[in-house]
Amino acid sequence: MTLYARRRAANGIVMSLSLGATVVGLGWLVLVLGALLWNGFGSLSLAVFTEMTPPPGAQGGLLNPIIGSLMMSAVAVAIGTPIGILAGTYMAEYGRYSYLTSVVRFINDILLSAPSIVIGLFIYEVVVRPLGHFSGIAGSLALAVLVIPVVVRTTEDMLLTVPRELREAATALGLPRSHVIANVSYRAARAGIITGILLAIARISGETAPLLFTALNNQFFSTDMTAPLSSLPVVIFQFAMSPYPDWQKLAWAGALIITFAVLALSISARALAATRNTQ
Amino acid sequence: MTSIDVSSSMRSTTPIVGSQAGTAGNLDEKVSVRGVDFYYGDNRALKSISVPLYDRRVTAFIGPSGCGKSTLLRILNRIYDLYPNQRAEGEVLLDGENILNPGQDLNLLRARVGMVFQKPTPFPMSIYENIAFGIRLYESLSKADLDGRVESALKRAALWNEVKDKLSQNGLSLSGGQQQRLCIARTVAVRPEVILLDEPCSALDPISTAKIEELIDELKSDYTIAIVTHNMQQAARVSDRTAFMYLGELVEFDTTSKMFTSPVDQRTQDYITGRFG
Repeated sequence: MTLYARRRAANGIVMSLSLGATVVGLGWLVLVLGALLWNGFGSLSLAVFTEMTPPPGAQGGLLNPIIGSLMMSAVAVAIGTPIGILAGTYMAEYGRYSYLTSVVRFINDILLSAPSIVIGLFIYEVVVRPLGHFSGIAGSLALAVLVIPVVVRTTEDMLLTVPRELREAATALGLPRSHVIANVSYRAARAGIITGILLAIARISGETAPLLFTALNNQFFSTDMTAPLSSLPVVIFQFAMSPYPDWQKLAWAGALIITFAVLALSISARALAATRNTQ
Repeated sequence: MTSIDVSSSMRSTTPIVGSQAGTAGNLDEKVSVRGVDFYYGDNRALKSISVPLYDRRVTAFIGPSGCGKSTLLRILNRIYDLYPNQRAEGEVLLDGENILNPGQDLNLLRARVGMVFQKPTPFPMSIYENIAFGIRLYESLSKADLDGRVESALKRAALWNEVKDKLSQNGLSLSGGQQQRLCIARTVAVRPEVILLDEPCSALDPISTAKIEELIDELKSDYTIAIVTHNMQQAARVSDRTAFMYLGELVEFDTTSKMFTSPVDQRTQDYITGRFG
């Protein structure tokens, strides 16, 4: 075999292996999504969005967990986003060269990859136990702890990509630092920061573990944040594990709803990121 | 004007300041740089620089890359203060007051000493806002007055005719040359006394460059201008005084015509004739 033929053969083998790995990797994803679409669409109906979770064997929907999830996510974002943006702003603008920033960045990175069940247990200890009962607000706090590191990281990263020259140009006009940040840095990094928030929402919308220890669940319709609150991931967890076919169907429908919500968020995030690049 | 630099191994430690440098009419020293050293960390980038900037004149700073000419410019509005580990020593007098004093209000200083950078840096907002933004910070004007100021700044920067119908468009939608004129308009709009231009044409095509050079000629009737340039023809075209810097030192300072026709220092001559740099 000539050197060239051998190289061609090696190329063919590596190419087939790569292709095979891709097919296997994507294949599972397609199977999962396929099963989800097949079972989920079959279970989807208007009742899913208008009726409450039923007892086994009865008719019902997912209204209370949908509302619960929306409320807890909204509060989590409302708590976590300002903290995340302010911390990211400190790190990228005021404390760019300080030792504190590298310490915070290191800790934030740990928090970013912390198992969410640990965060659920943490909120259980500091909020649920002292209050004596599970509550929607405890669930929101647990989710907020998941939002913060994502937003800190993206805010810092996006502000760091704002060109030095832009900041210098604004400073050279005699603008105080707060104006430079609010009117120039934030504007230049806006799309990226919003993308980070959307990704954080996508991250928390499927979280089950932190809610199990905090918001628990509620079989009835409730918007009381101080009481146990239902959420889609926990209901899916509960219903999917149950022996009742009606509950299992609703679990499929819930899974489909979450998947589409996350998909929509990811697409929006990508679209926003694209507008940033073409600006 | 004498400064002795003991640590330097250069042939000449005292810059040559031409006999005609301060003559030709009664010139006011708007800015006087006196014995300024500049450090990036422990690295001494400028070595006891002394040079005047005359009122309503253009002073060009030329020299090979890394000679410290941009560094010198960045001292004059203390923009270097944004970064830790950068510091200046000596005196820089603006109308007789030392701006290197620790008590100097930096925002007010920068409102008086405007700067235009190498890369056009329009803010990510509308053309109108790019200019109105800086004005609003120091003056509360009525909408009509503000409109007038924006218009006059854009006219001053020879950009009005090109943008008057699209003031609400994003400043980033303009061409490079237009963006740079927008930045000049923005700087002029806050009514500074001194304008620093840091290689303002190095990212522009020849036509845009010509427009900016015309503009500099226009602006010098009202402002004290300092320009850093790599382009010696440009220095010769736009400036009244030229300073040649080399390895962190001011080698020679004189009227531009003298500098380009009969420089005294051998290094100036070598640089101007293209033997190095």
